[in-house]
Amino acid sequence: MSRPPSPAMSDAPEMAVDAPEVFPAPAERWTARPAPAYGPTQYARQVWALVWKDLLAERRTKEILSATLVFGLLVVLIFNFAFDLRRAEMDLIGPGILWVAFIFAGILGLNRSFALEKDRGALEGLMLAPMDRSAIYLGKLISTLIFMSVMELVIVPVYSLLNNQPIRLDLIPVIFMGTLGFVAAGTIFAAIAANTRTREVLLPILLFPILVPVVITAVGATGIVLRGGGEDLGPPLTMLAAFDIVFLVVGMLVFGYVIEE
Amino acid sequence: MSQVFSSTPVSDAPALLSVRRLSKRFGSFWALREVDVDIRDGEVVTLFGPNGAGKTTLMRIVAGLGKATGGEIRLSGMVAQANDIAARRLLGFVSHQPLLYPDLTARENLVFFARLYDLPQGTIRAAELLERVGLIHRANQPVRQFSRGMQQRVAIARALLHDPRLLLLDEPYTGLDPAAMDWLTEMLGVLKRQGHTILMTSHDLDRGAAIADRVAILAGGRLVYAADCASLRPGELAEAYVAASHAAAGASA
Amino acid sequence: MTTKRLRPIVGGLGIATAISMLVTLYLGLVWSPPERTMGDTIRILYFHAPSAWASYLAVGVVAIASILYLWRRTHVWDIIALASAEIGVLFTTITLISGMLWGKLEWGTYWTWDARLTSFLIMWLIYVGYLMLRSALDDPERRARLAAIVGIVGALDIPIIHFAVLWWRTLHPQPIVVRPGGPAMSEPMVLALVAGMLSFTLVYVFLMALRVSLEVERDRIEVAAHPQPVTAEVQPS
Repeated sequence: MSRPPSPAMSDAPEMAVDAPEVFPAPAERWTARPAPAYGPTQYARQVWALVWKDLLAERRTKEILSATLVFGLLVVLIFNFAFDLRRAEMDLIGPGILWVAFIFAGILGLNRSFALEKDRGALEGLMLAPMDRSAIYLGKLISTLIFMSVMELVIVPVYSLLNNQPIRLDLIPVIFMGTLGFVAAGTIFAAIAANTRTREVLLPILLFPILVPVVITAVGATGIVLRGGGEDLGPPLTMLAAFDIVFLVVGMLVFGYVIEE
Repeated sequence: MSQVFSSTPVSDAPALLSVRRLSKRFGSFWALREVDVDIRDGEVVTLFGPNGAGKTTLMRIVAGLGKATGGEIRLSGMVAQANDIAARRLLGFVSHQPLLYPDLTARENLVFFARLYDLPQGTIRAAELLERVGLIHRANQPVRQFSRGMQQRVAIARALLHDPRLLLLDEPYTGLDPAAMDWLTEMLGVLKRQGHTILMTSHDLDRGAAIADRVAILAGGRLVYAADCASLRPGELAEAYVAASHAAAGASA
Repeated sequence: MTTKRLRPIVGGLGIATAISMLVTLYLGLVWSPPERTMGDTIRILYFHAPSAWASYLAVGVVAIASILYLWRRTHVWDIIALASAEIGVLFTTITLISGMLWGKLEWGTYWTWDARLTSFLIMWLIYVGYLMLRSALDDPERRARLAAIVGIVGALDIPIIHFAVLWWRTLHPQPIVVRPGGPAMSEPMVLALVAGMLSFTLVYVFLMALRVSLEVERDRIEVAAHPQPVTAEVQPS
């Protein structure tokens, strides 16, 4: 790490080819070293490494965050222009606007995220690594969840500002559970759609019908919170939780089949 | 079917890689038909073959990226298909594509893969390998900005990170300029001298045979020729290759 | 499984299906009495409900065949999943159209966001997407594998969709339409309905047999067109 930069800054081949400590005869090393065990600790470290990799790339390019944020804001604005809404109508339509913004922007982010994995075959590099392939699913799910949460943290206050509404902190669990459901299903389908030439079109076509329960219950629950009328949040949150759990489990189980070649 | 690769015991050790009756079908097309391969520790073997011969299919299945239609792969005695996570630890794979994240730097890519392999001191290991492939001075540049040759070097470093017992190189010379090709030959020579076991594919006879102990030719999904480099008379490989290519062209016509 | 041996079975199924359909038509349209409040509209039910049942059956078969495909990797399970998805879309379409006709007669409008109609519309969209995904993939192995995942996930989603839509309907009160309670079914009506269920199941099985044997035949021709050359070893000179 701390070596001074090599004086040769060109792409010319450097032929320093005898340093046995770097490429020892593997047979010796392998007899000396038992194969490391593979357990939950390794799994968790791998998932974290996958998330770290996505965050690192995003910090450099800012592609996914900028695209989803701008797109999400545009959706909110366009709805405002399209309907010229008053306060009372906003209570009815507002939750829908928010979730349409989240989900459309999220689709954009998912497509981009998997395009990056396919770009130089990096996904195959992951498949070569000694890990359970559900780790790839979890890693992608968590990083997408982080990107979407950042986007939502901007869009919700902007929406409240535009509509003269107080920012409701009790929206957080509702939005989190809805977003988790979106990402849990979206990651499976984005990986499926990434295999086709028409992935940008196919992802929403496959995903939207599947997401209907999330849209219905998340919009409903958001409306209940925003109206603040003390309606029962139980049923929609239960259904959201059911969707989240089902799709998390299914995603972990089937993801290996999705990415296998 | 002849036991093509069992003729030349370099040592008495059991085969490190043993492929038996490996077949792969895509729809109604057979990409591989009952291929047998044996490789012992420390051997360098090159598979030649015209395009579409099944070389890449074979390499991908051995690397665990593809499922075989039939047959068995044993790595160091264990059935690879049944122990995929353990088998992947033993393998390093260099593909046509670099299998890297273009937006991460060379160092970040290696540190990331070192973490996936759960290597102790992954950062130090990454730096070591960057030094070895002569890219330490470009370590902090995103891979996107690298030439094909430099990406190939990072790819080789990635494949060597976890000190694999078998290094698989699929067409490593493709797309490289002459200087990068020379570098690669030199590099592979060093790895061979240090006892690495290598299986690679190529359609460049001179480059591919330069460091090989044994060569074989794959055509139409079958192993049609195998020889010891030591006993190869000049021109023999080229003749066999031309014959195999013609036979394959005839069969598909 | 040769298609030749299947042919008499398919033929027999065809005859049985035709007879049972004629019986259902007679029982449903002629023999059974009109319902007390709905009158003749009830007769749509003898085709609507069985077709809904056949849709669920088809979707279930897609899911089971998909699981078996991922497990066994035998091509025939993929063929069964594909055939069942296509036929499922057909039955879902029939269910939607007959449901809309019923709605027009009974509620005065072709479409209400009724929980069952809505669920069926979403189900229809899922399986149309399933077929679109299949047509977007060229490699047969990859197509079978990815479609199988959509087939499984789609089926698991259907009960969740159903509950979500039910809850949604309670949140947004229905527009005022005449909503009959469950029709009071007299014995002839039940009989007509059972006959409908039976004949739609037969139609499903018959169409499946036709579609699967067609696909098996196509495979056979394709394999015949690309024979696996017998060992043509190249001898080194």
